[in-house]
Amino acid sequence: MPRVTYIESSGVRHEIEVPLGLSVMRGAVDNGVPGIDADCGGECACATCHVYVDPAWLAATGTPGEMEQSMLGFAALARENSRLGCQIPISAALDGLVVTMPEGQH
Amino acid sequence: MSKGVVVIGAGHAAGALAAALRSGGYTGSIVLVGAEPLLPYQRPPLSKAFLRGEAGPDDLLLRPAAFYAEKAIELRLSTRVEAIDRAAASVLLDKGAVLPYETLVLATGSRLRALTVPGVDSRGVLELRTAADAEAIKARIGAGRRLVIVGGGYIGLEVAASARALGTEVTVVEREARLLARVASQPLSDFFARCHAEHGVTVLLGAVVAGFEAQDGAVSGVRLADGRVLPCDVAVVGIGALANDSLAAAAGLTCRDGVVVDAQARTEDPAVFAIGDCTQRPVAQYGRSLRLESVPNALEQAKQAAAAICGKPAPKPEAPWFWSDQYDVRLQIAGLALDVAQQVVRGDPAGARFAVFHLDAGGHLQALEAVNSSGEFVAARQWVAARQVIDPLRAADMSLMVKQIVDPAALASAAASTA
Repeated sequence: MPRVTYIESSGVRHEIEVPLGLSVMRGAVDNGVPGIDADCGGECACATCHVYVDPAWLAATGTPGEMEQSMLGFAALARENSRLGCQIPISAALDGLVVTMPEGQH
Repeated sequence: MSKGVVVIGAGHAAGALAAALRSGGYTGSIVLVGAEPLLPYQRPPLSKAFLRGEAGPDDLLLRPAAFYAEKAIELRLSTRVEAIDRAAASVLLDKGAVLPYETLVLATGSRLRALTVPGVDSRGVLELRTAADAEAIKARIGAGRRLVIVGGGYIGLEVAASARALGTEVTVVEREARLLARVASQPLSDFFARCHAEHGVTVLLGAVVAGFEAQDGAVSGVRLADGRVLPCDVAVVGIGALANDSLAAAAGLTCRDGVVVDAQARTEDPAVFAIGDCTQRPVAQYGRSLRLESVPNALEQAKQAAAAICGKPAPKPEAPWFWSDQYDVRLQIAGLALDVAQQVVRGDPAGARFAVFHLDAGGHLQALEAVNSSGEFVAARQWVAARQVIDPLRAADMSLMVKQIVDPAALASAAASTA
């Protein structure tokens, strides 16, 4: 199972095995990793599963879709490497992925 | 057994509260008592992906079963609470057991308003509240089937869109002169009426249901007050919801269209909280108390109650928001359209990409309804929370990007005046 490292804004690291096909958001929520709210449950409606993708993994995670892009464009703490965790499905190619959570989701 | 937190209800609010208590460091026992047989699950997909068969029961779950075991959260499912005894600090369960509590949280949700007309008990007259309800509807729709939906609110319209996607013949009957009359602006109502018509839904406005016709006990048609009969194989009634506050009322807690709570989700009894659809809560931004039926509201109050129970500072208030998906239309609403003096439409509703700004007399953004305009929505959530003054001309000006609607000079002077 691919392993994903979630890093809280405080620096606390969580290494989680995420089943193929689940999203980065789901992997965090199912395992009680704090820092990802996912209010809408993964429908790309709320922008509360915002993560920063480690620059080394940007190519592998791909580019955000139009709706995701427009939501991120206005997210409070958005950066160049911002993504919505619900829009990144876990594949074998993402084994080792590292994401960091922003200070807040609201 | 140590007395910890007992939660009446095991829905979205209850599940979120239990998780927030553990992540907030709460170490006492947590027991969720739920009437349904399922682990806490998400209701929004019931009228959408679940009805269309694109999501199964496991996809609905807020968290997998292992999460509750690992976090020592006890689930008593298929169990009802008969009564709350506040003097003894315990709840009485339907199976006769008594559950003592140190802190009680009511997360009892809402139920659908009943339509009291002849024939409403016929087989095939359904409602949509639970996963079981959605299964029952799913089993009766599809190509060649005729569905009549009573009520042109969000649930009705989402069911209409999903049923159309499966090839069902759909009629929506709404008693008001427009769809979404209680919950959306006129431009939005007009847009959705046109959108559903374009997708082949027959929308009847100002139409009152007088009763259901049945053959051998199964619904065969919906009879309107003007005498028309709409033949159907299945009917879904969605005409609003009522707070499940009778347990609280019977326990002597003040209820006024919902259990009355403060900004920390606490009732007048310091040991009793209430969260989600069942509450009547202060919404400071709008200077009033309201009952909100939405997932974001349930989650916000779950966080408030968890913070109070864990002895942590109250979370910062959030602007209410909602969303709905119908066909390829994504509707997102930030704020509440209350005390509105002026509406401004940005974009072109005919192009299915527009936003309606709702401003109060002082020009503050009270709410924004965004159709396929997620950027406007996310920006508006921040503007509503900040009570941002919006220039109506700039809001409507499509030559400006969303970021430019609030011009930097105005922002700087606003910041200076509040500093």
